[in-house]
Amino acid sequence: MRLIKIFIFFLSLFPTFYLVYGTFTDNLGANPIEKILHETGFWALIFLMITLSVTPLRKIKGLNKIINLRRMLGLFAFFYVVLHFLVYLGLDRLLDWDEIVKDITKRPYITVGFSAFLMLIPLAVTSTKGWMKKLGKRWQKLHRLIYVAGVLGVIHFWWLVKKDITDPLIFAIILTGLLGIRIYFALVKKKHLKV
Amino acid sequence: MLINNEADIKSSEITSEQDYLNRRQFMKFSALATAGFVLKNNLLWAADDSEKYHRLNNVVTSRFSTSEEKNSWDDITTYNNFYEFGTAKDDPADNAHTLKPKPWKVEISGHCKKPGSYDVDDLIKQNQLEERIYRLRCVEAWSMVIPWVGIPLKSIIDRVEPTSKAKFIEMTTLYDPKQMPGQNSYVLQWPYVEGLRLDEASNPLTILAVGLYGRVLPNQNGAPIRLIVPWKYGFKSVKSIVSIKFVEKMPRNTWNIAAPHEYGFYANVNPGVDHPRWSQARERRLGEFFKRETLMFNGYGDQVAHMYKDLDLKKWF
Repeated sequence: MRLIKIFIFFLSLFPTFYLVYGTFTDNLGANPIEKILHETGFWALIFLMITLSVTPLRKIKGLNKIINLRRMLGLFAFFYVVLHFLVYLGLDRLLDWDEIVKDITKRPYITVGFSAFLMLIPLAVTSTKGWMKKLGKRWQKLHRLIYVAGVLGVIHFWWLVKKDITDPLIFAIILTGLLGIRIYFALVKKKHLKV
Repeated sequence: MLINNEADIKSSEITSEQDYLNRRQFMKFSALATAGFVLKNNLLWAADDSEKYHRLNNVVTSRFSTSEEKNSWDDITTYNNFYEFGTAKDDPADNAHTLKPKPWKVEISGHCKKPGSYDVDDLIKQNQLEERIYRLRCVEAWSMVIPWVGIPLKSIIDRVEPTSKAKFIEMTTLYDPKQMPGQNSYVLQWPYVEGLRLDEASNPLTILAVGLYGRVLPNQNGAPIRLIVPWKYGFKSVKSIVSIKFVEKMPRNTWNIAAPHEYGFYANVNPGVDHPRWSQARERRLGEFFKRETLMFNGYGDQVAHMYKDLDLKKWF
């Protein structure tokens, strides 16, 4: 398990390496800042989806152990969200705070994206064992915020594209599946309790 | 009783102690090798391929050209919005090879005295080719400086003699999903249609471009012939034109049909009128880190502002 974890750790960093390497060798196309902005956002969504698929996958026999990867995957989602946000602040908006405040308050796709980022902060902070113990049952409740963040993240992507919604649609379908499966299991459990 | 004497694991399958001790290094090596392979195949695309495109002869310079630094051939030919070949910026460069720009006919019709089907070469050869180095401002808030080669649209308008009924001109891109695979998707209504008021079309800045950097136009840039209206957002400059029609009523353009509250008919570059989802006050010139202030009419106000003095540009965005 430890080897797998280390392997996945480096694999998860790969998009970052790719972008850093591309930046230094000028290989990110004609608009590198836009490319970095879009790639970090894309990987943030990918890691959110991967994190959300851990629990359903555990139902499959033999995969129970992947719970050990969930925290790391969730933190990678947060890592890419933070990168995405920093690239937006520093490279795309060049720290023009007037414009940034206007963006966040007036442009719905940025408002929802920013809200998703804010929601992930407490989740990242309380991801340690210590906080898990401290919060007990409330920890799980708090961490359900990831469902909301996932939905907002997909909406953020959906609202920003000019016309071609193929990619956001794929994310929306995956997310619907991942949340739907939870609802299904919750219903099945309830039924069992009644019986 | 069956006694199985065979070893459960073949000796060849047992990892040697040395290999076991080197496992971390092995993983590092495989990770690097994979990384190297992916980078080599995805990132290091071919550089400047302009040599493949044949040079246009007898091109003169124009007083309308800007002296600003030009974007590279690479920038101009690998970063395109041309949804007929896919919606990502690098799709057209990858996919436009299916377009056959020669032979090519342009159908001229509507309210004019000399309608007909004209071969592109015929259309062009009576005119002096000019290099026009223009700023291009995309509605997505990025910009480039591009050395087009073309002829004034007015010379063609004069040649076919529009009647008094002609108030607008409607231009259409080729519709052929075999040549333009992006047209198999419903992302926009095909074929792509754009329009200009007749005075806009006759403005000396308005050209039909057939070349880039002194060479024939690459497919992804709208070969063999495309419109350039440099004071308007890029989507007005319709590519791979097969039809020019003189009409009485304002035609509806493709992006306006797709999202009427976001894209108007006029689409003049205007830093004071934001796109509903982003600001148009500034732009990123490709290749530059800091953003520039966007100029009214993309800096071409001297030549075009007079056409809009009675028009509410907030309403007619």
